[in-house]
Amino acid sequence: MDAKEVESLIRQGIPDAHVEVRDTTGGGDHFEALIVSTVFEGKGLVERHQTVYKALGDAMRVRVHALSLKTLTPTQYENRR
Amino acid sequence: MSEAIERIQSAIRSNKIQVFMKGTRSFPQCGFSAATVQILEELGVPFGTTDVLADPELREEIKRYSDWPTIPQVYVDGKFVGGCDIIRELYESGELQTLVKNAVGQGAQQ
Repeated sequence: MDAKEVESLIRQGIPDAHVEVRDTTGGGDHFEALIVSTVFEGKGLVERHQTVYKALGDAMRVRVHALSLKTLTPTQYENRR
Repeated sequence: MSEAIERIQSAIRSNKIQVFMKGTRSFPQCGFSAATVQILEELGVPFGTTDVLADPELREEIKRYSDWPTIPQVYVDGKFVGGCDIIRELYESGELQTLVKNAVGQGAQQ
């Protein structure tokens, strides 16, 4: 599984999301992702991560060994820049 | 109710702060579990750990228990708080310190 595939699964689940995925080891199973979306507004971190895990579905259980997540609302993202 | 659920519930009842992890506190078997334990040790609060690698049934059940597909998982006062990324983020913002001190403080008063 490559980073592009992870990106596209997340985008399918969260259509308005800005998604950046990096394969941290080059092995196709360890990734880190930055996801910016309005769906995170008013949600705690647990719920935000669950939303991303749901988008990945079975891939998360079977093909992804590790996924480090940063989930931000557009406002939080702007404030970080 | 499966026995694995009972083992999960017993662990989070017995420890104000409970970590389900890969490996043991002294010998974590995964970088994310190691990082989580390191943060809690930094805070200097007592916490319990359960090695999911030693209990395959619990390892599967814990993923359903909080609808969370990855290990480690940290519970404070019986409530799921997050995995490694969330623990790190809460630690950096200072929220984790407040959360665990409140939990441990309550224990001391009882």
